[in-house]
Amino acid sequence: MSKPWVSVKSLKEFGMLGMNCRNVDFINRYNQRKDFPLVDNKLKTKLLAQEYAVSTPGLKFVVSEQHEISHIEQQLADIDNFVLKPAKGSGGKGILVVTGRQGNQFVRSSGALIDISDIRRHMSNILAGLYSLAGSADVVIIEDLIAFDDCFMGYSHEGVPDIRIIVFCGYPVMAMLRLATAASDGKANLHQGAVGVGLALDSGRCLQAAQFGRPIKLHPDTGCALRDIRISGWREILLLASQCYDMTGLGYIGTDIVLDKLAGPQLLELNARPGLAIQITNGRGLLPRLRHIEQISINRRFRAEQRVDYVMRHFAEELSLAHSPDVG
Amino acid sequence: MNQKWTFHIILILIALVGMGTAVMRHLSAGTPFLPGQEKSVWLVEARVDFDITEGPVSASLSLPDAQPPGFELFQEQAASPGYGFTVLGQGDNRRAEWTKREAEGEQSLYYSAQLVESDSDSASAAEAPSTTNEYNNYWENAQELAAKELLSLAREKSSSSLSLARELIKLLNSPSSQNAGLLRSDTLSQAELLIYFLNRADIPARYVMGLYLEDARRRQVLTPMVEVYTEREWLLINPKTGVVGVPSNLLLWHRGGVSVLDVSGGKNSRVHFSMIRQTVPAAQLAQVTKSDSIFSRLGVQRLPIEEQSMFKLLLLLPLGAAVVVFMRVIIGLKTSGTFMPVLIALAFLQTSLVEGLISFVLIVAAGLALRGYLSRLNLLLVSRIAALIVLVIFMISAFSIIGYQLGYSAGMAITFFPMIIIAWTIERMSILWEEDGPSEVLSQGGGSLLVAVIAYLLMQMPLFVHLTFNFPELNLVLLASILAMGQYTGYKLSELWRFRAMDDL
Repeated sequence: MSKPWVSVKSLKEFGMLGMNCRNVDFINRYNQRKDFPLVDNKLKTKLLAQEYAVSTPGLKFVVSEQHEISHIEQQLADIDNFVLKPAKGSGGKGILVVTGRQGNQFVRSSGALIDISDIRRHMSNILAGLYSLAGSADVVIIEDLIAFDDCFMGYSHEGVPDIRIIVFCGYPVMAMLRLATAASDGKANLHQGAVGVGLALDSGRCLQAAQFGRPIKLHPDTGCALRDIRISGWREILLLASQCYDMTGLGYIGTDIVLDKLAGPQLLELNARPGLAIQITNGRGLLPRLRHIEQISINRRFRAEQRVDYVMRHFAEELSLAHSPDVG
Repeated sequence: MNQKWTFHIILILIALVGMGTAVMRHLSAGTPFLPGQEKSVWLVEARVDFDITEGPVSASLSLPDAQPPGFELFQEQAASPGYGFTVLGQGDNRRAEWTKREAEGEQSLYYSAQLVESDSDSASAAEAPSTTNEYNNYWENAQELAAKELLSLAREKSSSSLSLARELIKLLNSPSSQNAGLLRSDTLSQAELLIYFLNRADIPARYVMGLYLEDARRRQVLTPMVEVYTEREWLLINPKTGVVGVPSNLLLWHRGGVSVLDVSGGKNSRVHFSMIRQTVPAAQLAQVTKSDSIFSRLGVQRLPIEEQSMFKLLLLLPLGAAVVVFMRVIIGLKTSGTFMPVLIALAFLQTSLVEGLISFVLIVAAGLALRGYLSRLNLLLVSRIAALIVLVIFMISAFSIIGYQLGYSAGMAITFFPMIIIAWTIERMSILWEEDGPSEVLSQGGGSLLVAVIAYLLMQMPLFVHLTFNFPELNLVLLASILAMGQYTGYKLSELWRFRAMDDL
């Protein structure tokens, strides 16, 4: 039986990034306060991404006033599937995924049927600020539904698996795949019970996986072996993540990327305060990599491609030395 | 790195300024660092009674000096309905004067003074007095003869004015002496007799009245005493025992001057004294007695009592804030709302812990139940919270009334909780419940309550109440520690648990 705690000494050996250190040394230092709205508001992120030719799910329309909700069915008339989300929501809250229609009703990703009145109420709640930080007024974004890639078949319960990559000064430094489970209610948030799969930076293959902060080997709902996961088109994904730095100017961000069957990797959203659980899924701390990038980025002005090549080369070596795929 | 150093130096400076100011305040104003160092204060009340005879009334009572030997007067007031009151004169001649145009029946006038026992035994150094040679001439020859004999007898045995006084007392006291027996009469008290002899021997002496202080005594009267002038100072001598010096429990009430009590327009006048011994925190004394120092001018104590009690709470807030910072940054406890725990702790201060906890949990639980119904009504957020505020107020009134009817005044305690904060807490908890489940509600709610209880326990400690109130500058030390914690980049205690899987990987 393992200990219920870990010593400070071994945390330091692993180079684990703590929350205080993240806030003081990275978020406060590298993220300008004025840039926060770019990532806290998904509408702004989306428009910015379109400006920088960073692929992102297409925006269908925006609802920003209560009176628009009364005749919303006209706008939804030709749309069979869509995602409805609050622009300022956090932690996947308030996201409604409609995958199809059955007569007058809408089919949710969970299979449940809802009426147009349910959609109206949901929109009304979003506008009132129910899901936004501090309850400030919000807008509703209606965007294209991701047709998610077959490579994740059997690895997700309901929700779309997404790839979280921490990007520091434009260099991707750590990545994980987040798989929704029954426990997480189709959401891809680790603290709600999603499975986090650490991904090797050079290849996009699985390092190890964790749920609720404990290592696991099989997906709890589907029973698929997690170590077989290998993401295709990995370099493209890292490139997309790296470009988000140029786009926002934020030094320390978490990028959430989904894979569309047709359109390839898409930027879903950005996070200016990315969580720390990614370190558990990778079995290593962020700190050594962050300090390394801090050192080298001082006198290098690399383009996104060069940064991605740099991390694929440098952080891959470390990985193969420290871990073999059989561990975990 | 450089920046970090300057930051640390600034922190140390802030803390030093805070502590330094506190130490200087301690040294200059005498405010003690620890609570509970108490000095005894005598509350002496003089009650003047008389019957009205006619016309305008005026009563004049001799008052003690502002600094009678062994004591220090720090507050005095008069309570006498319908009378005009003034204090006249200074030093030994201070008198209280009550005046009224018309009055009927028995009258009672009150004067009360608070006196602190002080160490400075200011023996009244005085200018050389003029001897008041008021010989009284109504003695018969036999008495005059006896007096002469007694005085020469005492002179023979003494060398100084003080020893003469002592010898005189001895002679006057001796039951066998015929001379003394002849002189002792109803008309003159022993003290007056002694003064007469001393004056006759060209030694300045005066009549004083003292009050023996004993805790919780009523209907006390003044005791006559004699002061003898020797070598530039007045020395008190007990005309009965001959003991020299002011006893520590004797308050010199009346010195020289005319009479203790003068009443015009009344008869049957008399004065009685009652007294109690109180213990007052030395801090409270320091503020009044050394009221001229710059520190007491900058102290909160200069404000009216009502504002002071508000500041007492306000100045405790930094402590609560520091606790929240510590619990969140170092321990890593989750709380719902950043500083809600401090507000809850403040409410606990007014209610007491157990009552406060019970009523808080009751309200939030009942609020969550009501909020469950509200969420089904499909309301806009603003009106939902507004509705919740109204309902919370209804609940609080209901709890208070029911509690009061059942005989628990504790029910009333609930009103101290900040309404809006509670409504928001309920709203947030409810969303948390829907989205993350009841366990998250329990963990955040429990975290908040735990922090609130810890903050409360610190904020109600007499030491901290005393320090933050009397040494507001010590909050700078708290500020420095809060700033220091703001730069702490080490692990939180909770992260040792959160990352526990790292050892297994």
